[in-house]
Amino acid sequence: MKFEGTVIKYGDNVDTDVIIPARYLNTIDKKELASHCMEDLDTTFTSRVKAGDIMVAGENFGCGSSREHAPIAIKESGISVVIAKSFARIFYRNSINIGLAIVECPEAAEAIEEGHIVEADLDNGILTDKTTGASFKTAPFPQFIQNIIENGGLIESIRKGAVK
Amino acid sequence: MGMTMTQKILAAHAGLDKVEAGQLILAYLDRVLGNDITSPVAIREFEKLDIDKVYDKDKVTMVMDHFAPNKDIKAATQCKMCRDFCNEKEVTHFYDVGQMGIEHALLPEKGLVVAGDVVIGADSHTCTYGALGAFSTGVGSTDMACGMAIGKAWFKVPSAIKFELKGKLNPYISGKDVILHIIGMIGVDGALYRSMEFTGEGVASLSISDRLTMTNMAIEAGAKNGIFEVDEQTLNYIAEHSNRKPVVYKADEDAVYDETYVIDLSEIKSTVAFPHLPGNTRTIDNIGDVKIDQVVIGSCTNGFYRDIEEAASILKGKKIAKNVRAIIIPATQDIYLKAMENGLLRTFIEAGCIVSTPTCGPCLGGHMGILAAGERAVSTTNRNFVGRMGHPTSEVYLASPAVAAASAITGRITDPKEVM
Repeated sequence: MKFEGTVIKYGDNVDTDVIIPARYLNTIDKKELASHCMEDLDTTFTSRVKAGDIMVAGENFGCGSSREHAPIAIKESGISVVIAKSFARIFYRNSINIGLAIVECPEAAEAIEEGHIVEADLDNGILTDKTTGASFKTAPFPQFIQNIIENGGLIESIRKGAVK
Repeated sequence: MGMTMTQKILAAHAGLDKVEAGQLILAYLDRVLGNDITSPVAIREFEKLDIDKVYDKDKVTMVMDHFAPNKDIKAATQCKMCRDFCNEKEVTHFYDVGQMGIEHALLPEKGLVVAGDVVIGADSHTCTYGALGAFSTGVGSTDMACGMAIGKAWFKVPSAIKFELKGKLNPYISGKDVILHIIGMIGVDGALYRSMEFTGEGVASLSISDRLTMTNMAIEAGAKNGIFEVDEQTLNYIAEHSNRKPVVYKADEDAVYDETYVIDLSEIKSTVAFPHLPGNTRTIDNIGDVKIDQVVIGSCTNGFYRDIEEAASILKGKKIAKNVRAIIIPATQDIYLKAMENGLLRTFIEAGCIVSTPTCGPCLGGHMGILAAGERAVSTTNRNFVGRMGHPTSEVYLASPAVAAASAITGRITDPKEVM
């Protein structure tokens, strides 16, 4: 998997309540969820996000509520990959399960700035900030998780008999 | 190298003699839980699997608590989707309006979780059941869907932080103050991916509801689970509520912990988390003058009978401050009934509070007490993120039932000792 996009950057402890406020959880419609993504933190997000953009954030991204609506809203809004210093654990597993690409890389998340163009080569574990030329190595996923991702998420893994 | 309590439960459920921190396992699930917000997404995913049945109709559990009683047409549609699914799959433990309570108060009360269980729930506060010596953790809807299908989930075996409790709590101090103190100390990601294991001679002095409050908020420190060592009180509680036999696991003597904290319960003060993080704590003597518009006493954190009783003991014979709205939400029907029979509802109503049917409602800004721009609430709930209870510029201060009740009387965040 390889993505290239413009960076939209946030800080530490971005919680799932700001990613998708609970007042919108009376629906499971992906497009409707995406139309309110990040609303309580950044009212400009939905109007400026473009397909393929890359979200970069600080520590503990996705903390709080287990709502899968949060990674769904981010994915549906067009974000190709989220790079953070660290992820809250439920958000981390939800992203893997639904097939939203995520990368934990503190150095990259620190250095990359809003608006930069970044290439994320997930197969080789390399992030390149094309605006500055800096590149960062990321740790590969464990094989078990890599298999889930390669199978297209947890549901597909079960359908294919890869997890039983 | 020995195993922690959590590691032993996970090993047993993965069919392994031994597991180590960092190991990825598939573990058997004793219960799979969802609510009216997360289950619809899980049902949509489950249906992609083309499976007729859930893995065990007695182990799948759904509770309509978040936006129920249905707050609007969309919420009603989501509850109906859950109801139809549970009817079709003959799910035994489907709790609708009339039987439902807030899920994490309801499951222990119904005896659906016992010590030694592995439980996943598509709700982050599923970690609550660790108070009963179970491994339980919050997951998302896809994990719930797969859990309903195959009765298993993948886990990375966590390492642990040990909290050795000693001493006893002082009057008006409760489990809420202890867990807020701990989150303030280690931070909102202080236990990220790890277990919080509570042990030591101080455990015996904590009621089951104090323990449920503490494990409930383990997620607020980023933990995978919180878990209490099982003692006589735990076993008595389980025997009173369940026909199932608990399995008691104890950490090995040589279990390795990342860190150990010794907490003297007698030194804990009333503690309040300021906006907008649960780790942003201050003790009651460092609060200053914080005027409030609303008080909420309830939720999966503090809607237990003892919480409602403590709030009533402070409000009895008093009136709440003018311009303060106080909303009391007993977490389950049984708690509501007991509060009614013991005259607590009268106490609340005479003081100027309202008493609501069980619902998560205002805790997550759903309904039943939403804040306007700039308004402030003292709440016994578990999160005070931006916009959590309503408008993005509103503020939530997390506190114990005693502090919340005292604050309702004065109209500002108040030490319970001041009004008693």
